[in-house]
Amino acid sequence: MASYGTSDFKKGLKVQIENEPYLMVDLEFMKPGKGQAVYRVRLKSLTTGRVVDKNYRSGDSLEAADVEEKSMQFLYKDATDFHFMDGETFEQFQIGVDAVGDAAKWLKDEMECDIVMWNGSPITVTPPAHVEMKVTYTEPGAKGNSTGNVQKPATVETDAELMVPIFINVNDVVRVDTRTGEYVERVSKG
Amino acid sequence: MVADKIALLRQRAALVAHTRAFFAARDVLEVETPLIGDGLVVEAHIDPIPCRVRLGPGDAVDRHLLTSPEGPMKRLVAAGSGPIYQLARAFRDGEVGRRHAVEFTMLEWYRPGFDHDALMDEVEALVQALLPRVAGVAFERRSYRELFVEHCDVDPFATSHAGLRAACDRLGVDVPAGFDDWSMDDALDLLLVGHIEPLLGRDRPLFLHSYPPSQAALAQVGTGSAGEPATAHRFELYVEGVELANGYHELSDAAEQRRRFERANREREAMGRAPLPLDEPLLAALEAGLPPCAGVALGFDRLVMLVTGQERIQDV
Repeated sequence: MASYGTSDFKKGLKVQIENEPYLMVDLEFMKPGKGQAVYRVRLKSLTTGRVVDKNYRSGDSLEAADVEEKSMQFLYKDATDFHFMDGETFEQFQIGVDAVGDAAKWLKDEMECDIVMWNGSPITVTPPAHVEMKVTYTEPGAKGNSTGNVQKPATVETDAELMVPIFINVNDVVRVDTRTGEYVERVSKG
Repeated sequence: MVADKIALLRQRAALVAHTRAFFAARDVLEVETPLIGDGLVVEAHIDPIPCRVRLGPGDAVDRHLLTSPEGPMKRLVAAGSGPIYQLARAFRDGEVGRRHAVEFTMLEWYRPGFDHDALMDEVEALVQALLPRVAGVAFERRSYRELFVEHCDVDPFATSHAGLRAACDRLGVDVPAGFDDWSMDDALDLLLVGHIEPLLGRDRPLFLHSYPPSQAALAQVGTGSAGEPATAHRFELYVEGVELANGYHELSDAAEQRRRFERANREREAMGRAPLPLDEPLLAALEAGLPPCAGVALGFDRLVMLVTGQERIQDV
């Protein structure tokens, strides 16, 4: 496996420490007056998102992580796994609930997702930033109260719940920001 | 060129003019010394940039871009120049970061008859004159030992690798692999840069002084006293967590200086770095006699960063 010396360190590098892949998100070169250089790197785990600070000195090295991003189509979910297909090779992958994480509540059939692969196995799933969802349940809004910032809970076709404006009704299609889980706008009326 | 870049250039030029006026008023002579040299002030952790130059009709010879103007300037002092200063370009291979660049401007000056305490007074006056927000603020002066005890609860003169590792663990400083094989100074430096430095000079500028003798570099070492270890007459100035200047009550013992250069070269070889040629002309000048003096180097770009509020040295 390839490795990176301290002089190769830069933001965006993907490295592997104790069998865990990390993304280098920040790098600081520190050097006291007459002392040795220390590289402080901030690493974000590609599996858990946890951030750690590590120190290295000139000449140290980090193992490169075999990480690649692929675009895949969501096919279906069964009792234990989510099934995706690589749009280029048509190869199918089963991805466990842990790796899918929060993305699970926005997955619809044929949705294109960004999948991070590590050593050939999928480790994270990121749905498109904005998705369209049909509202399957919400209380009717009170007449004459359709303006302002009043919100109410709604359930959408994937069974995810979010807060929507009071004027949204069942069968409306809304746009959702999957990064925050927040309502963006109404796409069409039901 | 965008307006704010031009404003930065103007601010920098004003600081240069202000610096020259400061030294002119104190009868300190401005000098220029060569940037290309043969021998070097050898430091374990500072790498020069090699170059090849033709000095006449013959083949090119190997030289270095100097890592600091210290050698040539001390030779002037030894030759009887009196007090001198220089705004010099300095070159250090591989040093790239938010506060580091491979070439940078160093404000370096020498004061015959001064010791490190008197020179700290003058550094304080200069920084107060150039950085308006610390004008009239008395700078703090703390010893290396006091700061390690206060911030890390370890005595740097009595601790061990195990003691420093425990302090790092306690303070959340990641300890790299191989730490136990590092020199004691390197191990101390990890706590210094990893934990202490960012805390220094926050409320008001701080001089860190009385370094361990092993970190004396080109400074005299005191004799110590009952209950107090011998320390190096070296200081560093920190302003808002930024290391700004490094000064010495200068060592004038040629034999001791040669031993320190040779020791630095042995450390370099132990780390797999090439040994460097010694600054023989400097050693000869020390042999002939350097008047008692103190000298300091101040990172001028970092001072400009502090004055202008810039975060990256590349921007000033």
